[in-house]
Amino acid sequence: MITDFEILETLNMFQEQHLDVRTITMGINLMDCSSTSAEETCRRIYEKICRRAEKLVQTGEDISREYQVPIINKRISVTPISIVAASSGVSDYVCFAKALDRAAKTCGVNFIGGFSALVQKGYTDSDIKLIESIPESLAVTEYVCSSVNLATTRTGINMDAVRDMGRIIKQTAELTKDRDAIGCAKLVVFANAPEDNPFMAGSFMGPGEPECVINVGISGPGVIKTAMESVKGADLGVVAETIKKAAFKITRVGELVAREASARLGAPFGIIDLSLAPTPVVGDSIARILEEFGLSDCGAWGTTCALAMLNDAVKKGGTMASSFVGGLSGAFIPVSEDEGMIASVEKGALNLEKLEAMTCVCSVGLDMIAIPGDTPATTISGIIADEMAIGTFNSKTTAVRLIPVPGKGVGDSVEYGGLLGSAPIMHVNPASCSNFINRGGRVPAPIHSMRN
Amino acid sequence: MNTQAAVITVIGHDTIGIIAKVSAVLAENQVNIKDITQTILEEIFTMIMIVDMSKSNVDIKDLADKLEALGSEIGLSIRIQHAGLFNAMHRI
Repeated sequence: MITDFEILETLNMFQEQHLDVRTITMGINLMDCSSTSAEETCRRIYEKICRRAEKLVQTGEDISREYQVPIINKRISVTPISIVAASSGVSDYVCFAKALDRAAKTCGVNFIGGFSALVQKGYTDSDIKLIESIPESLAVTEYVCSSVNLATTRTGINMDAVRDMGRIIKQTAELTKDRDAIGCAKLVVFANAPEDNPFMAGSFMGPGEPECVINVGISGPGVIKTAMESVKGADLGVVAETIKKAAFKITRVGELVAREASARLGAPFGIIDLSLAPTPVVGDSIARILEEFGLSDCGAWGTTCALAMLNDAVKKGGTMASSFVGGLSGAFIPVSEDEGMIASVEKGALNLEKLEAMTCVCSVGLDMIAIPGDTPATTISGIIADEMAIGTFNSKTTAVRLIPVPGKGVGDSVEYGGLLGSAPIMHVNPASCSNFINRGGRVPAPIHSMRN
Repeated sequence: MNTQAAVITVIGHDTIGIIAKVSAVLAENQVNIKDITQTILEEIFTMIMIVDMSKSNVDIKDLADKLEALGSEIGLSIRIQHAGLFNAMHRI
């Protein structure tokens, strides 16, 4: 029998500590939508998504109501469009982004991911067309998210693509400059991109995935922070144990919701992504968890160590709770979406270099960081290259989602509202890396990639 | 606990007749009370009921609407949720 204490503890997690299921993401295979006509391909894409995801939003709301578990987002991920559109014969892929956007709107989801290309070893013709269509696609659509995988540990880093994405990010910013470059908030580049990640903007349905699948992203920074407050001053072994136990409970909520959604929607359950994903709401911050370790501000020396331990303990608690943990799983450290990160940047305690160090041990990378609009494309490529190297050479996922805001510089800030939050513009080292970036080519795979 | 088990929590200021009013709604909807506890924590009335909905003629969403309506009428927070949530979180 469940005790009163356990019931009240659970209620507190949802009501006071902002525990929620961040997203139910339905992955839909679109490979069978290919056709030699772009118009026909778009029609098939729209029709298939609307058919498979027709009940997604309603089902999410029903589960939320019956279990009294907040389910914040219902989303869709699809097969990378560079694959689906390859035989369409057109060179402008904006029409496919518009088809995705229409489908998202019809289904009532708030994002659709998969305007994507996997180019870690090189470009197909279709990959180039997709990448060149990203800036306009993100400017003219509302719900579409785009991602490009530039590197993997098995293949090394595609430095031509790293160079090109610096330019594409700048163009995306320019085309959405009337909205503080919000297009860049929907564009992420990866090393070792997971094929089952339910979180946007990097969610897409990998080619190795089934026909249709339900992946669930769970969040709960507030629960971890509250649990840590109960062991103030205790040694770090006790802290690790406390985080693990809280992560276990959080993950079980995700597993329950995922299995329910999977059964009701007739799509297999894929994975639980047990990421600690912050929101701009006070009490829902990763930075504040790190400070709870004993740091005056996120960014102080010791931050990387605390984050490493947090990330690891979350994974350990989660893997005990569900056999199918995947996606990114760990702690996200976006700046604009985390009230504590924003405060640390504004105080000068947290800079881009420290964030880069933190990405060596967090679950993703340099995320939702606003930088001056006049940052050269090659410098953005340099930041991407460093981040890709961290992922590739350490066998982990890393990502970059930078927002070079046109017309703004250090001291200014941008305000997006909602889950995207607001961001102070961060200083970027002005030293040049352009000759390095313009070399192009491939960074060979690291020696430890040869495991066969 | 079977899949029809649900947990009702009632939290707020103590007044006369809370249990009677909540029980009346449950009886009207053929919901059987299996267990009930109540405490006053720092002057906040807290009641927890474990109920069986297997004979009920309404689904849990409709019952949630009815209980929430009663809650706002008498100034209390009343929630009902599937018991599966608590089992998932607290039992291996």
